[in-house]
Amino acid sequence: MSDPQTPIISMRNVSKFFGDFQALRDVNLDVRLGERVVICGPSGSGKSTLIRCINRLEAHESGEIIVDGTVLTDNPKNLDKIRGNVGMVFQQFNLFPHLTVIDNLTLGPRRVLGLSDADAKSRAMKYLERVQIPDQADKFPRQLSGGQQQRVAIARSLCMEPRILLFDEPTSALDPEMIAEVLEVMTELAASGMTMIVVTHEMGFARRVADTMVFMDKGEIVETGAPEDVFTAPKSKRFGTFLQQILNH
Amino acid sequence: MKRLTICAALMLLAGCSGNWGWYVVDPTTPKGLINLKFMLNGMYYTILLSVTAISISVVVGLLVALPGLSPKKGWRRFNRTYVEIVRAVPILVLILWVYYGLPTLTGITLNVFWAGVFALALSDSAFQAEIFRAGIQSVAKGQYEASQSISLSYRDTMRFVILPQAIRRILPALGNQLVYMMKMSSLVSVIGMQELTRKANELIVSEYRPLEIYTVLVLEYLVLILIVSAGVRWVERRLQASEI
Repeated sequence: MSDPQTPIISMRNVSKFFGDFQALRDVNLDVRLGERVVICGPSGSGKSTLIRCINRLEAHESGEIIVDGTVLTDNPKNLDKIRGNVGMVFQQFNLFPHLTVIDNLTLGPRRVLGLSDADAKSRAMKYLERVQIPDQADKFPRQLSGGQQQRVAIARSLCMEPRILLFDEPTSALDPEMIAEVLEVMTELAASGMTMIVVTHEMGFARRVADTMVFMDKGEIVETGAPEDVFTAPKSKRFGTFLQQILNH
Repeated sequence: MKRLTICAALMLLAGCSGNWGWYVVDPTTPKGLINLKFMLNGMYYTILLSVTAISISVVVGLLVALPGLSPKKGWRRFNRTYVEIVRAVPILVLILWVYYGLPTLTGITLNVFWAGVFALALSDSAFQAEIFRAGIQSVAKGQYEASQSISLSYRDTMRFVILPQAIRRILPALGNQLVYMMKMSSLVSVIGMQELTRKANELIVSEYRPLEIYTVLVLEYLVLILIVSAGVRWVERRLQASEI
């Protein structure tokens, strides 16, 4: 158990290249236990790459990432430890289409955590209730609406009982009327004390939920601050312009 | 028009030229019945041979396909080399080589059946590897990422997430491969396997009626393969239904 003052995630001078393109430039970021961080920025600014580096869906080339005291490297033991602590919710949900909702949820607990079928199932039902769709347990993902699918995906992450949840534009693939139900679940999660890093353009959600706003542009963290400060008086011109564009559309 | 064509074909088969001798396989006569049973006896080995061969080639094909998807260059090169070499050798040549060549080279003598199975499976495994590779590659990248994010091991990811989706997609191709195997099993007759084609050839030697006997042989393969195709379609439909 780390004490709440020391960061649970610590990124030091992290850089990442895709060929010649530098996706991340010397990124430094600390996240405390229970902190809610919202990352925003124009497309291609490296937001998704940044959070994908935290559970090593992307490998960073230089710098250091420490998650809950474990240094992120290719060492499979470290990697398993970190991925066990870090859940992720994707833009495209990435549910397993050939499995029912309940099987999507129990696969990890059964195969990775070694839970019995009954225990995995009761855990899955607990989290399905938390995302308010226990009645869809036996359906296949394609029978659900986008909003329901994303809530199943959130429940699937929760079933692994991670300490940190990463959200990669969780509402960007949703129809407008379904965004609210997903944000509601995320707000409830935030209230329960989950450590969250959320990449999103939902500024209303950011204002309500975030402890810290991070603005990225061209692979750099340009500005960090509490939402009430950065929304009213952004320090950098780039963030100001971005906020104007996104809030006035 | 269609009816006319069928009529013409039937008249030809019925032997308007007078040279047909259907008596050799006429089930109403004792001799014809014995000959027909003799030919049908080959069905057992045709099916056993092709099903055994394809069962092995599916497993070998998958094991060859997986390194082909590896990020490591060495593994991919192994996959390419295997596929290119095996695919380049004609099945008939492979059968002859395994039966007559392998014992001299290694001292291991395979009987006719296992030599046939080995050659067919080896040849087919290269095609299976390509089918599996394409099928696995068709599964979206997000499925791997979701599996990684819940710490699923590589084995479990393949077993529970990727392969079930890939197999559904490659099922039509696997069905084709089974039909292809059944047809190619006729080549094993050259080393003396008592399957459909060999039986027909042996009967011709004693009866001198190649036209009639080969026509029956054609019908035997036709019926067998139509049944197998229908079976494959049935399995496909069922899998699609379970996916909804």
